[in-house]
Amino acid sequence: MIMYKKVAKSPVELSKQDFVSDQMVKWCPGCGAHAILAAVANVFPRIGYRKENFAMVSGIGCSSRFPYYVDTFGFHGIHGRAAAIASGLKIANPGLSVWVATGDGDSMAIGGNHFIHVLRRNIDINILLFNNQIYGLTKGQFSPTTPLGAVTKTSPHGTIEHPFTVSGLVMGAQGTFFARVPDNNIKLMSDVIYEAAKHDGTSVVEILQNCIIYADKVHEPVTTRDMREERQLFLKHGEPMIFGKNRDKGIMLTGNSLEVVEIGKNGINEDDLLVHDMYTKNPSIHRMTGWMKAPDFPVAMGVIRAAPADSYDGLMERQIETAKKNSKIQSVNDLLRSGDTWEK
Amino acid sequence: MVMVKEHDVRELEDVVIKFVGDSGDGMQLTGTLFSEVAAHSGNDLATFPDFPAEIRAPHNTIAGVSGFQMHIGKRKIYTPGDMCDVLVAMNPASLKANLKWAKPGATLLIDSSAFEEKAIGKAGYSDNPLEDGSLDDYHVIKAPVTERTRESLDDLGVDKRLAERTKNMFVLGMIFYLFGREMEKPLALIKKKFRDKPKVVLANQTALKAGYNFAEAMEETKVTFKVDPAPMDKGLYRNITGNVATAWGLLAAAERSGRPLFLGSYPITPATEILMELANHKSLGVKVFQAEDEIAGICSAIGASFSGSMGVTTTSGPGLSLKSEALGLAVITELPLVVVNVQRAGPSTGMPTKSEQSDLMQALFGRNGECPLMVMAASSSANCFHYAYLASKYAMEHMTPVILLTDGYLGFGSELFKIPDVNELPPINPPMADPNDPKFKPYRRDEKTLVRKWAAPGSEGLRHRVGGLEKTNIDGNVSTDPLNHQLMVNIREEKIGRIADYIPLLEVHGDPEGDLLVVGWGGTEGALASTVGRMQKKGHKISHVQFNFIKPLPKNTREVLSGFKKIVVCELNGGQFVNYLRMLLPEFKYQQFNKVQGLPFHVQELTDRFTKLLEE
Repeated sequence: MIMYKKVAKSPVELSKQDFVSDQMVKWCPGCGAHAILAAVANVFPRIGYRKENFAMVSGIGCSSRFPYYVDTFGFHGIHGRAAAIASGLKIANPGLSVWVATGDGDSMAIGGNHFIHVLRRNIDINILLFNNQIYGLTKGQFSPTTPLGAVTKTSPHGTIEHPFTVSGLVMGAQGTFFARVPDNNIKLMSDVIYEAAKHDGTSVVEILQNCIIYADKVHEPVTTRDMREERQLFLKHGEPMIFGKNRDKGIMLTGNSLEVVEIGKNGINEDDLLVHDMYTKNPSIHRMTGWMKAPDFPVAMGVIRAAPADSYDGLMERQIETAKKNSKIQSVNDLLRSGDTWEK
Repeated sequence: MVMVKEHDVRELEDVVIKFVGDSGDGMQLTGTLFSEVAAHSGNDLATFPDFPAEIRAPHNTIAGVSGFQMHIGKRKIYTPGDMCDVLVAMNPASLKANLKWAKPGATLLIDSSAFEEKAIGKAGYSDNPLEDGSLDDYHVIKAPVTERTRESLDDLGVDKRLAERTKNMFVLGMIFYLFGREMEKPLALIKKKFRDKPKVVLANQTALKAGYNFAEAMEETKVTFKVDPAPMDKGLYRNITGNVATAWGLLAAAERSGRPLFLGSYPITPATEILMELANHKSLGVKVFQAEDEIAGICSAIGASFSGSMGVTTTSGPGLSLKSEALGLAVITELPLVVVNVQRAGPSTGMPTKSEQSDLMQALFGRNGECPLMVMAASSSANCFHYAYLASKYAMEHMTPVILLTDGYLGFGSELFKIPDVNELPPINPPMADPNDPKFKPYRRDEKTLVRKWAAPGSEGLRHRVGGLEKTNIDGNVSTDPLNHQLMVNIREEKIGRIADYIPLLEVHGDPEGDLLVVGWGGTEGALASTVGRMQKKGHKISHVQFNFIKPLPKNTREVLSGFKKIVVCELNGGQFVNYLRMLLPEFKYQQFNKVQGLPFHVQELTDRFTKLLEE
């Protein structure tokens, strides 16, 4: 595998203030997006690149106003196309750290095709996917992640659509990096975004974001403070999967499926639990880990998958370097005069 | 004893030859080789392949007929020709489908061994046309090509399949004899073409020589033809198709501007060759991204343009429809972008391998909102290079998307191309923003051109945001202010309008005043120029203009049009350019001549129409 992280480091230490733009933030008070903005401003200085080398790209939706609020180079695109725009930006200049702010409608519906193909190609861009399970900016229609049966403005009798599980789609599209965080845990969000930046390839960070107006509390069964220890599993590479207020529960691989077990009961101890390996290329356990849903399972948080693989942009640079070294055609004049020509 | 036949050489000013056969009979290769040899011996030429959309349609059917037409001459050749002087038919279906394109008295070279009962029936003939007298008005050369090819290869131990596949070379050998060409060059070309397969080289060369010798010994070939070299400007030449010329023009523009070339494209007939050609030239630094769809093609190119690269996407009509929304994004963000539309017959999937000019209105107006951009058109296979270069120049220097219209006829067709020196092409100066320029604002503009600066991510002190939402002029902040929107709409239109100060004036071919002005745009230039040229020689007061710049129009358009009693606008569509002219220059009365058959104009039909207009 070739590593092609070419983004220049900042010669000076940057702070949060370096990334705050002069624009008024126009999200609703209480919207989960504010926390994401705070986490990004926190973590960009820590990532350490020159501030001119960050580029933020978005599509359409509440999430997609993001580029206006971060003081980087920014591009606010059209609905669903952020991944395609960002692909061109990153391939054209691999020296940029390219970020996409998108939502469940933007990336799972209208932009679904670009989403799966950017993952398949493993272009080194970072996708922050604000999953609030609703179309917010168009005021409350169901999205591809809205739970089956949910009543929304376009599903007055409840949806009859099976929702996507974002992790399932990412793994299905052979994504190499997937992480999940709730919007009320800025510390974890910052850590996970940092890991995403380090990953050489496409990273997807799914943020369980609350839309206070149209889908308030949809994530609450999992994210509320008094439930978080019971309903969330915080993954750490190399450590057994343990959760619960008293850290007395764990995840065990039984046959070919996962099972919640109580540590100390039925002769089960920590050694019997599944140990998280985020770097393994085999996606089987990552798929199952990402798939776990409340109330039967805790929802996995943190980096679920960070499998090493060649990035598209890296391979592209290598092909060009090789061709430049080996080809007789070094200029367009050479090309025009190559092959069959004759003098008159 | 060898019988020496009486030999007569007929000198021709120009000749149209068409090779037709089953797809897979190798007609494209045969035609290409002949045209390369003709070009080397100094003829001017134009070629056009005519093939079905299906890769291999059922054997021996009309649907599976593939052809290659070429026009060579000792004078300037403008088109691949209307009707052919020589038709080479490899099976009954190809004869049936193409006889209507043969001139009365044309030479027909026919593989008689392919005229078996089954094949004759499949082609829709009730009797064998070689025997029923239906070809009596033609000069027919019957040759058992399949059989003789096999015989000639007997000693080489090649398998039946390879023998079957070299019969095109046998026929080509016969044609080389008929046109008195040296065999050295074609033998060398075959060697180059199949260089990794010595057995294939030997089989093809043997068949070629056998065909030549066979024709030499035939009674029916006692008349052979001679086409002398054409007078041409001094210089280095090559044969080039429009699609390759387009690709190379883009590469040249990238090199001259210093902006790296990025192509984001999705395969679509008849534009795919541009994508394939550019994928071959990584040594020149071009980044080619084969996207998941047309939308990703243009959006990735816009992302690349934002990064400071020269973003390009190539497509054909249906693909341009898919790109409409993103074109609006490029217009409002005022980023350079080149969109090449190799037009084909529509609507919808239409006739993918057939040519048309019916995307003009789409290019001009097919977007939501007030959404002006520059529209240009190439008018010959070779000048696709020039116009692709210029499209890139205007896109970058004026910070706008440019749609370059070519068509399948130009893209697939080939002609001679005088190779330029890239360093002598017009310079390209993209308006790059200087790092740390304290005055930089995303929509601050040059007073003269209204062009904003291009500020590439990574440059210090230039962080800014652009996007699809309306922005305030100069500062570039999101705005729904009514007066600002009006201002921005006006500026975007005016910015395109002012490009007229930088494009060449319209050139009249013929007198600037007269009875009839023939107006065309894009790919019809060859047919219109040769028709008008002939009529001028006969003393008619007729002139011709061909538009390569459509939005904005050349500044002297009104002046040119006012010099004529009648104006006729000829297009391969229902009348799109004529209606555009009616909208912009309503003071003139326009006649129109339209054809929407997936075919180019023929000189004869144009002559008839112009003659009638002059008489009326």
